Amino acid sequence: MCGIAGLINQKRVRENGSRIKKGIVLQTERGNGLGAGYAAYGIYPEYADLYAIHLIAVNRQSLEKAQKFLEQHFFIHAAGNIPVWNHQINDHPLLWRYFVEPRPCRTEHTLSYRADDYAIEKVMEVNRILEDAFVFSSGKNMGVFKGVGTPQEIYDFYCLDDYAGYCWLAHNRFPTNTPGWWGGAHPFNLLSCSIVHNGEISSYGVNRRFLEGFGYYCRMQTDSEVVAYLLDLLMRRHELTIEEATLVLAPPYWIAAEQLADEAVRDKVIALKIIYEAAMLNGPFAILAACADGLFGITDNTKLRPMTVGRNGAYTFFASEVSALYEMDEDLQNIYMPRAGQPCIVRLDADGTPGSCPESDYICSQIIQ
Amino acid sequence: MTIAVSSPGLRSFFRPLFDREYCDGCGQCAVECSFNEIRMETRAGRKIPVANGRSCGACHRCELTCPRGAIRIKEDGMPLRPHGVWHADAVNRVHLQAASGAVALTGLGADTSLPVYFDRLLFNACQVTNPAIDPQRELMETVTYLGRKAQSWQEIADVSSFHRSLIPLSMPLLFAPMSYGSVNLSFQLAMARVARKKGLLWYSGEGGLHRDLYSYSDCVVLQVASGRFGVSREYMQLGRAYQIKIGQGAKPGIGGHLPGEKVLPGISETRMIPLGSDAISPAPQHDIYSIEDLRLLIYAIKEASGYKPVCVKIAAVHNVAAIASGVVRAGADMLYLDGYRGGTGATPAIVRDNVGIPLELALAAVDQRLRDERIRHRASIIAAGGIRNSGDVMKAIALGADAVAIGSACLVACGCHVCQRCNSGKCPWGITTNDEKLAARLDPAWAEERLTNLVEGWHHEMREIMGLNGIYDIGSFRGNRLILRGVGLSDRELAVLGIKHAGE
Repeated sequence: MCGIAGLINQKRVRENGSRIKKGIVLQTERGNGLGAGYAAYGIYPEYADLYAIHLIAVNRQSLEKAQKFLEQHFFIHAAGNIPVWNHQINDHPLLWRYFVEPRPCRTEHTLSYRADDYAIEKVMEVNRILEDAFVFSSGKNMGVFKGVGTPQEIYDFYCLDDYAGYCWLAHNRFPTNTPGWWGGAHPFNLLSCSIVHNGEISSYGVNRRFLEGFGYYCRMQTDSEVVAYLLDLLMRRHELTIEEATLVLAPPYWIAAEQLADEAVRDKVIALKIIYEAAMLNGPFAILAACADGLFGITDNTKLRPMTVGRNGAYTFFASEVSALYEMDEDLQNIYMPRAGQPCIVRLDADGTPGSCPESDYICSQIIQ
Repeated sequence: MTIAVSSPGLRSFFRPLFDREYCDGCGQCAVECSFNEIRMETRAGRKIPVANGRSCGACHRCELTCPRGAIRIKEDGMPLRPHGVWHADAVNRVHLQAASGAVALTGLGADTSLPVYFDRLLFNACQVTNPAIDPQRELMETVTYLGRKAQSWQEIADVSSFHRSLIPLSMPLLFAPMSYGSVNLSFQLAMARVARKKGLLWYSGEGGLHRDLYSYSDCVVLQVASGRFGVSREYMQLGRAYQIKIGQGAKPGIGGHLPGEKVLPGISETRMIPLGSDAISPAPQHDIYSIEDLRLLIYAIKEASGYKPVCVKIAAVHNVAAIASGVVRAGADMLYLDGYRGGTGATPAIVRDNVGIPLELALAAVDQRLRDERIRHRASIIAAGGIRNSGDVMKAIALGADAVAIGSACLVACGCHVCQRCNSGKCPWGITTNDEKLAARLDPAWAEERLTNLVEGWHHEMREIMGLNGIYDIGSFRGNRLILRGVGLSDRELAVLGIKHAGE
């Protein structure tokens, strides 16, 4: 059992973390104090074009090694401690952040890489090769803040009152399969994709092997990690839309796919199911995912983990429990309970027009009926 | 010259015992025994069955057909002074060959005591944090597509034709290649019917496709083996897919062998060879001396068949991962991997028992190698060789197989008691024989029912195993090695299998 919460303003109006904190702290009973975390989008506008690398290092030595590695492969425009208030949590690893730009690649081989691929490759190298140092956030103009503690403790620890973001994710962890450690707390992030997850991914063994075939290596000792990498692979590298990516992660049953009335849609759903069989998630899950285009939630086909959605104007809120929605906004206009397996997608407005209602984005329900 | 390894050099290891209290001397057992173990004699005015003590192979035909239930087969080996090296089999084999100077033949899969790795693997199950799924109440899916897939959505040029170029199966199960000749038409017919009914595939084996089975060609994989038996222009149009047979788990490196006495009219016509002539497949395909040649044949078959999927069957040998990689790069859409325990209609025992490597290790190595080389999506892996139950099936799937083929299990379902004398042509259960009288013992309708039951039973169990792992779609089971743990395996074995030890 875990608790999740998320909020987004489609017009990119920024706010500090106080509302998302209320939403996740209300769900304290869903965690056990062994992990909590937040992701915030739009918090580093002054470095909007640089990768914001958040790094955990167990000791000075590993920090220096990681720093040296980053210097080798990136131009570091700014660096420093992530500000923390360590009155409640004082036994914590070293937490640093760097705003970086990839160095021009030297060899012909790496010249063909796009900057994002290059950044991911280096992030994976830090996590794979360097001992006791992990990059846990690498997107632009966003950041993940997580650790071992309750949601309130972690919020205070990272001073999240001081950040302003237009999209927030929060997680309250009740670790079951894996140890509660700083890298294992949610959200999990890779470039612009961040996820929080409630549940257990029974397909982890094959998801992980599938990802290794594309150069993603899982080192955080927990199943949820694969979702962030899968989204990066599907949406950035394979150029799937959010709707298509959700079809891959939480596909309709074969029996439903084969009965789709529209032949073109049917062919597409079947093709996605075949190609991305090993990317499909199995087991109970409710996942909130934020990416460059917006925020979306998906659940497993039997909805063994809860997910509720509330709306008020340009704001959309997600939470495990309805009470948490009201905790974030007392004046909600609509509340939705997405049906099992059906994604709920909220896109950022590119042009500033009023946001569409989330139910119009229930792509699967439109397809399957 | 060849002799059957099961014909004893000393005397038979088994013996039918007759309970005189129940036996009424009807003589059925003497009729049923196709190995002339039993004869009827009249003693004191009463007809009684008598065992010769020379040729009982424990097929249990007499025992199970005796109307009075008066027969039991007992082990009856000649006791030898125990010896760590010269055990009874070894002594027997030398006696046999000293008497004949022949190659000792046998049937079915290797019966050695080497470890069966499947038995050392255990499944995981959900407890507390992740609910198990009850297949009785919830939807469980085992749909499987075979053939060349794509690495990404962008690779697909034509979405509508993509999945139509693949072969859908309702569950990841196929009937392994057993040629007409090595088995009879009734048995092939039963497999074909069940494959059609259950949404599976069956393989023709290397003996061509008999005209009576043309109507089942939409679910058959037709084989092109080194003997090229039955391959014609028409044949190249008929199949759902084609298989190039390079090797077989029971006899890697040697070709098929159908003795002339088994080449009867139907078989002669289907194989396109003269009546009574030995049908001996060369060890290699004589147009494939290299991987480039294999590529030529794969594409020749694709051209001739209108671009149907092509499967290449290889035996699990030491360097199987590298060979598999070459085969996939040569253009195979499916890779059929036949392990050490794989069955056969006839093979030299020395080859069956001493050549090749276990399927489990080969499968794990091949799947990992293809993933490492990022070509796993290009071909489906079909694993075969010693699959006994749905547990073996699911273990093979978890190790990385797309689907699993079963051969010996089908024989057993239709009455076989694993007496390992398929090569004799005297199968008392009427399966691996084309002798008119013996073959008539296998009723295709009954065989169909038995195979249907087997498939349905396994399907239930497969869904049960998925459900207790919290998985509703076989796709999340496939290659999911975290589901498995090893027991009593060395670090080296665990590393090859790519799994953790129990307790880790």
